[in-house]
Amino acid sequence: MTGLAYTRFELRRTFRNRRFLFFSLGFPIALFFLIAGPNRNEHDLGGTGISAPLYYMVALAAFGTMMGMVSTGARIAGERQVGWTRQLRVTPLSSVAYLRAKVITAYATAGASIAALYLAGVSLGVSIPAGRWAEMTGLIALGLMPFAALGIFLGHLLNVDSIGPATGGSVTILAFVGGTWFPVTSGVLRTIGRCVPSFWLVQAAHVALGGSAWGVRGFVTVLGWTVVLSAAAAWAYRRDTGRT
Amino acid sequence: MQVARGETVALLGPNGAGKSTTIDLLLGLVRPDAGSVSILGRQPSAAVDAGLVGAMLQTGLLIRDLTVRELITMFASLYPKPLGVDEAIELAGLENLAEQRTQKLSGGETQRARFALALVTDPELLVLDEPTVAMDVESRRSFWVAMREFASRGKTVLFATHYLDEADQNADRIVLMAHGKVVVDGPPTEIKARVGTRTIRVTLPGVDQAELAALPGVTSATRHGASVALVCTDSDAALRALLTAYPAARDVEVAGAGLEEAFIELTSDAA
Repeated sequence: MTGLAYTRFELRRTFRNRRFLFFSLGFPIALFFLIAGPNRNEHDLGGTGISAPLYYMVALAAFGTMMGMVSTGARIAGERQVGWTRQLRVTPLSSVAYLRAKVITAYATAGASIAALYLAGVSLGVSIPAGRWAEMTGLIALGLMPFAALGIFLGHLLNVDSIGPATGGSVTILAFVGGTWFPVTSGVLRTIGRCVPSFWLVQAAHVALGGSAWGVRGFVTVLGWTVVLSAAAAWAYRRDTGRT
Repeated sequence: MQVARGETVALLGPNGAGKSTTIDLLLGLVRPDAGSVSILGRQPSAAVDAGLVGAMLQTGLLIRDLTVRELITMFASLYPKPLGVDEAIELAGLENLAEQRTQKLSGGETQRARFALALVTDPELLVLDEPTVAMDVESRRSFWVAMREFASRGKTVLFATHYLDEADQNADRIVLMAHGKVVVDGPPTEIKARVGTRTIRVTLPGVDQAELAALPGVTSATRHGASVALVCTDSDAALRALLTAYPAARDVEVAGAGLEEAFIELTSDAA
């Protein structure tokens, strides 16, 4: 299976990049302890009914995984700059196998980030039933689909110089309106938040309270963005590589 | 333009001659506005997908965080019938660098690793776009030895270069390009014969230019003081006649017109 071997090497080289791992795994954890640590005994954060450690565990997992997914774009831009993408085009590696490797690698880094945040959360006393952990992880994984597409879109659209500010800026804004730094419970921010996928990533924390965290609106928003950004990613990829 | 199986062809020309564009067309990286490209009876993209073509593009570094061996192994996995990884490493002379991370290689070493990537695919057609850029003299020599070894397996090789001696020494056939057009297409000897002149320089005071120009094999003669330059189509005949007729001639030098002169003459004609 040609494509799978390629995925394996993508994973290997991604997880060997220490600087990348440090920032994508270490940064959210540091922020978690900084923000949630002092509020660890807050059991109803901003009227959400969720404890501060749980809320920020999920909120910073959302932030870290968004960063991780979108940073695929930075790697793609780098590969384009050194001519690697062009080199791959004169191999039998198919577009599908190439894009699949990018998405799987992005999810793998996101998975590592989630695991690290969960451990950090447990260390501050987060405790929820096993089934809820799984459900919450599933929702986060689903909520990351638009970001996988966003990373590929930006990576094939922008160059190395502009990709950093573009990904950093977009993730920061999305994290802000999504409620990563403080719960967004009312007002204009909430109206905006409900329209972006990052908001629903953070909402996955509500799973711990029982019942449905997303509702129809969450699923529709996430899937809608997935469709739109995937189309944009496909467009940018074709435009960049001339492949169909 | 046609290239037969098993040929080693050099695309020679100055920057902007259209060498890289020709190669991009051949590899299916760009589509022709008019005309068509066919490799072993297939469209370029189909030939690439079938793993028949191996390429070393002009620009390109390697992705980081893999060792040379891992990168070659990964590349091999994309192809239906690759060479052994060790064989490619040996051919490209990378034995001592196989466990190095790709970001630690020098420019010349990177080129050799890229060559190994092209070789490991064991293509029917190997395409090399200015492969020896950034290589030192020694790497360059061993690179061409490896290329000829690969070509001797019955493979077709097409390489672009603006180093004239590389084309001369390593190709069965040279396609000279200028301004996007093929100017001359033939064996290196034929290209030289197209200009085909040699120059005899000799110190010979007091002999008339016209007399010298009338010697057999000489096309023209110019004098600068005591020194005379004879441009010859047959320098052997000219030299015999010269020394017989003028025993006083001394400091005789015969310079072959290298590909360099041929190149300048032919490409300026096309301009």
